[in-house]
Amino acid sequence: MARTATAPGAPTSKLGKVALELDDRLIVAGPLRRTLNKVFPDHWSFLLGEIALYSFIVLLLSGTYLTFFFDASMREVVYDGSYAPLRGVKMSAAYDSTLGLSFDVRGGLFMRQLHHWAALLFVASIVVHLLRIFFTGAFRRPRETNWIIGVVMLVLALLMGVTGYSLPDDLLSGTGLRIISAILLSVPVIGTWAHFAVFNGDYVGEQIIGRFYIVHVLLLPAILLALIAVHLLILVKQKHTQFPGPGRTEHNVVGNRLFPTFAGKATGLLLVVFGVCAALGGLVQINPVWLWGPYNPAQVSAASQPDWYIGFLDGSTRIFPAWDLNLPGDYTIPALFWPTVVVAGAMFTVLALYPMIERKLTGDTASHHLLQRPRDVPVRTSLGAMGLTFYLWLMAAGGNDVIADKFDISLNAMTWVGRIGVVILPPIVYVITYRICLGLQKHDREVLEHGIETGVIRRLPHGEFIEVHQPLGPVDEHGHGTLAYGGAPVPKRMNQVGGARRAVRGFFRPIEEPAQVELEERHDQHGLAAAEADRELTSAGRPSEGGRPQEPRH
Amino acid sequence: MSTRDTRPGSAGGADVPGPLHGGPDDEYTPEQLATLSREDLDRLGARYDGVEILHVDPGPEPGSPVEKRAVRQVGWSFTIAGLASLAFVVIYVGSGWFLPDWHWEIDDHGWSALFTPLLGALMGLALIMVGVGLVLYTKNLLPHETAVQDKHDASYFDRVTAAATLVGGLEKSGLKRRKLITRSLAFMGGGLGLMLIMPLGGLIKNPNKGNPLGTTPWGEGVRLVRDDGTPIRPGDQQPGSLETVFPAVPGGNSVHHADAATMLIRLRPEQLEADRPRPGQEDFGYGDYVAYSKICTHAGCPVSLYEQETSRILCPCHQSQFDVTQGAKPVFGPATRALPQLPITVDDEGFFVARSDYIEAVGPTYWNRERI
Repeated sequence: MARTATAPGAPTSKLGKVALELDDRLIVAGPLRRTLNKVFPDHWSFLLGEIALYSFIVLLLSGTYLTFFFDASMREVVYDGSYAPLRGVKMSAAYDSTLGLSFDVRGGLFMRQLHHWAALLFVASIVVHLLRIFFTGAFRRPRETNWIIGVVMLVLALLMGVTGYSLPDDLLSGTGLRIISAILLSVPVIGTWAHFAVFNGDYVGEQIIGRFYIVHVLLLPAILLALIAVHLLILVKQKHTQFPGPGRTEHNVVGNRLFPTFAGKATGLLLVVFGVCAALGGLVQINPVWLWGPYNPAQVSAASQPDWYIGFLDGSTRIFPAWDLNLPGDYTIPALFWPTVVVAGAMFTVLALYPMIERKLTGDTASHHLLQRPRDVPVRTSLGAMGLTFYLWLMAAGGNDVIADKFDISLNAMTWVGRIGVVILPPIVYVITYRICLGLQKHDREVLEHGIETGVIRRLPHGEFIEVHQPLGPVDEHGHGTLAYGGAPVPKRMNQVGGARRAVRGFFRPIEEPAQVELEERHDQHGLAAAEADRELTSAGRPSEGGRPQEPRH
Repeated sequence: MSTRDTRPGSAGGADVPGPLHGGPDDEYTPEQLATLSREDLDRLGARYDGVEILHVDPGPEPGSPVEKRAVRQVGWSFTIAGLASLAFVVIYVGSGWFLPDWHWEIDDHGWSALFTPLLGALMGLALIMVGVGLVLYTKNLLPHETAVQDKHDASYFDRVTAAATLVGGLEKSGLKRRKLITRSLAFMGGGLGLMLIMPLGGLIKNPNKGNPLGTTPWGEGVRLVRDDGTPIRPGDQQPGSLETVFPAVPGGNSVHHADAATMLIRLRPEQLEADRPRPGQEDFGYGDYVAYSKICTHAGCPVSLYEQETSRILCPCHQSQFDVTQGAKPVFGPATRALPQLPITVDDEGFFVARSDYIEAVGPTYWNRERI
């Protein structure tokens, strides 16, 4: 075990020596190598979850900054800050400190707006990430646990949003708080008890901002952080899913190693996400609380809307009919209970249980690591489109007063449009999506069988016109392609099978020799000659992606 | 390191790795590894981690125009990021010092209105350019490799051995036989859990004690005052107008009495003619005046928008509409109950006062509203 200075491979550089000392103490070289060698598949849609993670980091950083200045108290103070129109107005310390943060802290308004924009981006990227997972079937066994954790995190993100935008205690957020109070009261049996526990009595009291604050800055972020850690650990343990392609199987992952390619791209994306939030935070005004004024239970402004991610609940509340349920014994289930607690509860429960529902319906209990194209699973895709329509329609209904105002439509008519649409639109979208999926499937098969339409029309000796088709691979005696569909995109245009050469690079003047490009194409076996030699062309990917990854050719 | 340590307290044995240590160190001597190139070592390590590198596209040739252009692009991205960062620092530190003050002024559309946008634009530009530079670097300058990593199925061996250890350990603990311990453990666990969540009981307040949800500060003889505290005489308002009034008690217009806000409406003659108050509440108005709670019976928003041509009051939150000539009953939207009416009259000095509190709970409906 003795080590001499001349032992082979002994580090000579300073950094090498430091690394050696570290490894002597911690023995990390092995795990480090395993981490650096970890392979991540490469696809743009796999970055959506990363955007959510990065905007959460932005939220933690900017949120911590905001706490240095924010006073989560409902104590009444008289404003005496820089913003002249509100001077001398009585308001809560929370609103006062939000104004101070916006007007009397150098760069404070920038940070506040950055935080708000990052929050909108956070929820948006979670939703889009969820849609990607759903429509590609990435939630299937063995990833149901991570799906459920994801749905829970989405709900927590919504709660983060609600508790966060209620904090400034301006007129808009106070109206939101009032509705939250009414929703709590609407719960049968325990509603009033729950309300009194949360608000410490009847609406509104002096406690709620302070309670929301600690929930917003400590409880929810801590739970979210823990869940993110579990989410990522499971992801690393189970390895990422991948789209079908050459050499990609249920038992491997094809892509880039963590270091340096994946790390480089991921760090780049983190900075871009941070940068976009910063640019929005400075350039695009959001929630100008000084215009709404301090909260007063007797005031409200027209077009009071929550942040976009709560919009669907506002919409469902607006279009739900006035149906109180009067029970024997003079008990009541208020109409408000159904479109808020029940709709939201049902939506998120069905969403969380979807992997199990699908498993039950299809009887597919196998493990899947290869993703599906949405068209190949028409029922799931149509169900998803239907759910999405329901959600987006409710969200649009949440702005029905604005639509009525801007387009000069009767407000009551808009409410009825919302009511009727929410019932009939989702099934219509289901049918349409189903047909589109089948059509796309059929077209894939058609191209595999008959080849790509070249656009070349030929007249045969007997006068018939035909379009020349380029087969994707070898053909049988009838001229039909022999390739089978492999779950990967089928090239539909000649350029995708190398019908055109790669463009010579350079903007003002060429920076490479055309002959060099020709040589490279031949070397990489791009282009038609390569395509013809390829038996499994459908799974060869598009040559425009460099055809990577490729099975070794000999 | 000696192989035999005989000092007291020592294990005395040879302190060398046992036969189970093993691993790649046994297969490759340092001398063998020294003969391998760095690339071979990389691939060797990768293979140990189940990774095969299939294909490497080495990236642009050193010195080629393609490389030069890519290097220039990355270099410029980082340079622009650095410049934008410095500009951010200059503007942040300099305003109010050698640059104009950043404090916002209501009529100022110059520098102070630009301060926040500039901060955002510069920080955004700096961060985005670093990101763009990094992505360009990985895309255009790094070698592109295609790696394949094996995904292992669950190991039967691992399952069986792990289960043996786990079940064996439980067996040895004898918990299965020692019923007293398991039962007392379960009992203790339940008790402990209950005890630990008990302090949350501090949050619980009885909503039915004193009927806080059903009462407001209104009462017999309480004056109707405007938000500035001034009382109102019957002649003060034009027919067809609406005024928000509060009870003349301390904090009547504050978050402590959020349910007290009331609308005092003076009906026009034709409205008065069409007025159909709710049964039993015919005498709640005073002359051509009626007073209704401003708190929506649906979700508690203040119903604010009064369209006097149609006698309708609209709640801007969920568009419930109430008809003031029909006892403020809901005529459209999600609200199910009429706005409660405040019985009013005029006191000796000629100011409006309430005759009593609301006779029903104001605000949103709840489970046992009809019972108290």
